Amino acid sequence: MISSKFVATFALGSIALLTFGAAPATAQSHVNSPDPLLGAPSVNTEESHIGTLTGHAEEGKHLYRRYCIGCHGPDGDGNGMNAQWIDPKPRDFTEATFKCRSTPTGTLPTDQDLYNAITRGFINTNMPSWKPLTEQQRADLVAFIKTWSPRWAKEKPGDVLVIPAEPPVTIESILHGRELFQKLECWKCHGPAGHGDGPSAATLTDSKDNPIRPYNFSTGTRFKCGATNQDIYRIFMTGVDGTPMPSFHDTLTGNDPWDLVHFLRTLQISYPSKELDLWQGYVASHGKDIKPIGPDSAAGAQ
Amino acid sequence: MRLTHFSAAALAAIACTSMVMFATPKPPAGGGTVTGKVTYTGTPAKMKPIDMSKEPTCAKQHATPVMTQNVTTGPGNTLQWVVVYISAGDQGSTAPSQAVKYEQKGCEYLPHVLPLQVSQQLQIFNDDQTSHNIHPLAKVNPEWNKSQPAGSPPIDTKYEKAEFIPVKCNIHPWMHGYFVVLNTSHYSVTGEDGSFSLTGLPPGKYTLTAWQEQYGTQTQEVTIAGNESKSVNFSFKALPY
Repeated sequence: MISSKFVATFALGSIALLTFGAAPATAQSHVNSPDPLLGAPSVNTEESHIGTLTGHAEEGKHLYRRYCIGCHGPDGDGNGMNAQWIDPKPRDFTEATFKCRSTPTGTLPTDQDLYNAITRGFINTNMPSWKPLTEQQRADLVAFIKTWSPRWAKEKPGDVLVIPAEPPVTIESILHGRELFQKLECWKCHGPAGHGDGPSAATLTDSKDNPIRPYNFSTGTRFKCGATNQDIYRIFMTGVDGTPMPSFHDTLTGNDPWDLVHFLRTLQISYPSKELDLWQGYVASHGKDIKPIGPDSAAGAQ
Repeated sequence: MRLTHFSAAALAAIACTSMVMFATPKPPAGGGTVTGKVTYTGTPAKMKPIDMSKEPTCAKQHATPVMTQNVTTGPGNTLQWVVVYISAGDQGSTAPSQAVKYEQKGCEYLPHVLPLQVSQQLQIFNDDQTSHNIHPLAKVNPEWNKSQPAGSPPIDTKYEKAEFIPVKCNIHPWMHGYFVVLNTSHYSVTGEDGSFSLTGLPPGKYTLTAWQEQYGTQTQEVTIAGNESKSVNFSFKALPY
């Protein structure tokens, strides 16, 4: 089982390498053409620190040219030659706005956040997992990515979100999370059943005015920024910058975030979880008492 | 008892602060004045009524539908919500200590265009019975996006660089506004009659810029000697879309 999974990941990675590596390789074959990375800063002293690893931008530059330039472009602005075929669009590194952060909305992510994003890849996008690269290579890429925006030289990453220990999954926790889902109006975009079909869903655009869809919990198992309960906690607390998904850090306190996490798991009807089991048992016995989520429920509450 | 007094005083102070918000900052005594009007030529696009039926708690606050505001016109071809400010020649000034206030009320942004200074405190309120997410789409400053459910305390923030920042609420897509972050304390937003007034200008040569969210910017040079008053008008060419 493990080995087949490994093979699958490896195969995917190799396809990605082939697809994404092809473009820059052709570009480099023109001996007299200028360096496609002329737009990059000439002095790349930027470093990244991931655990005990130190990444070096100068090394990362070569890797970027080989693996990233096709989509993220020679200027790091997400306008690589493949970008026109891609939706969601490749990240524009010159803005230093990143989706998956452990830091508050509007602040720079940590090196570890960027490293995790490269390692994990982004589901439902063209960004693959770059696990086939060595840890050192991924660290080098993180260092190079930070040369694209002057913000990295002037600002420090925000304070890392502290996630308290997860309380036990109980029906009370799920029910409270459900109340929060109603009250915080998550359903306006994600839909009453988490299908990504709320009343505002069709109007959503990202910060570059490209249409964007809210996450559909019913078909998904993983999220763009991870797959664990801790990842879900972090996603809505720090927000997904550059998208309509706001940060709820200032509004959720105590165990509220964990209750919301436990409820969100029950929306993932194709992903077996303790939360889903508990919820389905509760629905079987208390189905009639459960008020629907959505505008009707809001009217009933008043 | 002392506590009550204190809170009363504090409330009064807050009330005063919020009253000053929409006025041009208090000028130093004396100095020159530039006044004028902002108008348009041609036919601007008609503003459309906003359908708030998806948010009943907001819809019922408006007897007549709220109109879009990206080109707000008045009698005599005047333009409202144009920010006129000194873009060059100003000696610069530190941000005033009072915060500017931005309200979300009836699923509208009040005011539609909010000028403020670099580093000035900005307080964002949600007066509605619904959640808003406040999402200023900054490019020069960091972009953030925060949820503010009904009954939440105000969000305190500030911007460190001059920028015209579009503000939107992704939950209520009709909500559009602007933070206009400026390096100068000399600015004015045109009212319904298209008029603006910049006061307390020390003698000198200035560049005056008028910014309209749809039509962009225009500049004019003006030289102020002593306490004189000058009149400067701007005219934008309206676009039919």
